Amino acid sequence: MTYNFDTLALHAGQVPDETFGARATPIYLTTSFVFKDSDQAAALFNMERAGHVYSRISNPTNAVLEERIAALEGGVGAIAVASGQAAMHLAIATLMGAGSHIVASRSLYGGSHNLLDYTLPRFGITTTFVDPRDLDAWRAAIRPETRLLFGETLGNPGLDVLDIPRVAALAHEHGLPLMVDSTFTTPWLMRPFDHGADLIFHSATKFLGGHGIAIGGLLVDGGSFDWEASGGKFPTLTEPYEGFHGMDFSEESTVAAFLLRARREGLRDFGACMSPMTAFQLLQGVETLPLRMERHIANTRLAVAHLAKHEAVAGVGYPELKNHPDHALAQKLLPRGAGSVFSFDLKGGRAAGRKFIEALRVFSHLANVGDAKSLVIHPASTTHFRMSDAALVAAGIHPGTIRLSIGLEDAGDLIEDLNRGLAAAAKA
Amino acid sequence: MQIDINGQAAYAYTGGKPFDAGLPCVVFIHGAQNDHSVWSLQSRWFAHHGFAVLAVDLPGHGRSAGKPLPSVEDLADWIELLLERVGAGDTAKTVSLVGHSMGSLTALECASRHPARIARIALIGTAVPMPVSDVLLGPAKDNEPKAISMINGWSHSPRGTVGGNTVPGMWMLGAARRLMERQKPGVLHNDLAACNAYSHGMEAAAALACPALVVSGSRDMMTHPKAAAKLAAAIKDVRSVSLDGAGHALMAEQPDAVLDALRGFIV
Repeated sequence: MTYNFDTLALHAGQVPDETFGARATPIYLTTSFVFKDSDQAAALFNMERAGHVYSRISNPTNAVLEERIAALEGGVGAIAVASGQAAMHLAIATLMGAGSHIVASRSLYGGSHNLLDYTLPRFGITTTFVDPRDLDAWRAAIRPETRLLFGETLGNPGLDVLDIPRVAALAHEHGLPLMVDSTFTTPWLMRPFDHGADLIFHSATKFLGGHGIAIGGLLVDGGSFDWEASGGKFPTLTEPYEGFHGMDFSEESTVAAFLLRARREGLRDFGACMSPMTAFQLLQGVETLPLRMERHIANTRLAVAHLAKHEAVAGVGYPELKNHPDHALAQKLLPRGAGSVFSFDLKGGRAAGRKFIEALRVFSHLANVGDAKSLVIHPASTTHFRMSDAALVAAGIHPGTIRLSIGLEDAGDLIEDLNRGLAAAAKA
Repeated sequence: MQIDINGQAAYAYTGGKPFDAGLPCVVFIHGAQNDHSVWSLQSRWFAHHGFAVLAVDLPGHGRSAGKPLPSVEDLADWIELLLERVGAGDTAKTVSLVGHSMGSLTALECASRHPARIARIALIGTAVPMPVSDVLLGPAKDNEPKAISMINGWSHSPRGTVGGNTVPGMWMLGAARRLMERQKPGVLHNDLAACNAYSHGMEAAAALACPALVVSGSRDMMTHPKAAAKLAAAIKDVRSVSLDGAGHALMAEQPDAVLDALRGFIV
């Protein structure tokens, strides 16, 4: 028998500990693990036996979190790292080196955009950004040296819904994998592997944790992509690696070559590991993910409906609304909901935005999303304050754009708080 | 390692070291709808401890070309041909066969048909006969995803179903499913039908001329431990090991225990 999502969210990856019977996942706050004898030590280093050696490479608490997210996503395994950014970097560094190229959606989180557009070119990896809705643009951007297609399940800031089945099919046509950032959707809203994606990463800091107390990232491998069939595009996975016993990772593991290399090289050498304490904290969040996501979506739908008909609001961008460009796609890929982070435009511009924010009492004004608590930010006066109104519009943001991350509070209190802000904005 | 067998490319993983026919040889034979990678830990250990290792991809599976062979007898003869091609056991009985599930039937039949090279056999997750009901054979023919789900559910113990993989970060059920999904269409039904049709295993066991090891999981629903015990009782020189709490996917659920059982037997 196999278990369903809600059961896996609580149990996958952990059986009660055999020594003391602890029901909760123990926090193995240790850097290293004692070898039973010299033979076992050698066997662990040479991958003849499985187990833990040093917590930069693996740790029992982290392993529970890794298994759990892999189970929820329907993957073969995962690696827990220090942040979502570390997960993205680990994936890219495992797949390619200098001279390689990525095709990415232009609707990305700013941190991801920075890595691709400014930082990685210094290391010889370049990216072409495309309109995620334009399949021809994806196709036209693919070059012989392309090694990855990348997008977010729900793009930033307009919640463009990535057409994973079509983009994945295009990627596979060219012998390339598709990686998606699934932070905004979590596996409860969508399991990208079921639609053709090959790699997933999460900023676990957001909805997976939910509590807003721990920074962490998770990189999940779907195990379906055939690295060897890609005509030599991925030598890190299909040729012997002198840095690790001359191992050919694809020979070693048919379905987990990527994870093997990522852990044995990426964690070993780049070292962006997750603390076991963080893994424990994130596990506490994942246990209630189904319950929380259900509430996030219910509250979001109420807030969206309220704002969409409010006279102080110029427009709401949420894929469940019929006027959103990806409404039909969202109905198909995101039937449980299109996330709980969305933007709306106030009629009054920058001044209205400031007044709105300042009047709120329940929403917290900060630069994060996916918390159990409702959050708000006004890009024109914070993250994008240096940009002119014209430049903002070019970036898909208006002077009166407000981004909300709807939390788990009482829906009536949230609506009342929004009304408080809207009333203040109307007077600006 | 690529080997030409009757004009077809066959692949065998050699455990991370070049194959040396002068060393005692251990051949690992996977089960239905699997490939060599189910043995990665155990095969690496033997390759790095004085043995020449061949963890094969049976014809039509994994990296080996051709169609899957239709019977256990054909698979047994293919193993013999493989050994002949690489020169293993040519001068003395130095070959050990280690088989899981369908691979265990292959090992048993190979030792029975070609006793000259085979020093010992290890049968892991085994039962003789190995009947496969229409409940599974039907979907294996007409609806492979359904059959794979059934096999995945039945192949893991209650503990394995929850996880707790000794390989850090690997989700056992997900990896097992993907590996089965990687095989070509038609392989699954072929393999299960071959297991179902293998009818003279008990005779082969009774006539076995070499020592045998039978390793069974106490929670194995695919090849019940009682069936493994019945097989063991038919073999003259046999050692039996029961892995407490393990399901049919023993190498994934209890890799160290499987290795330790093999280490004590293949010397």
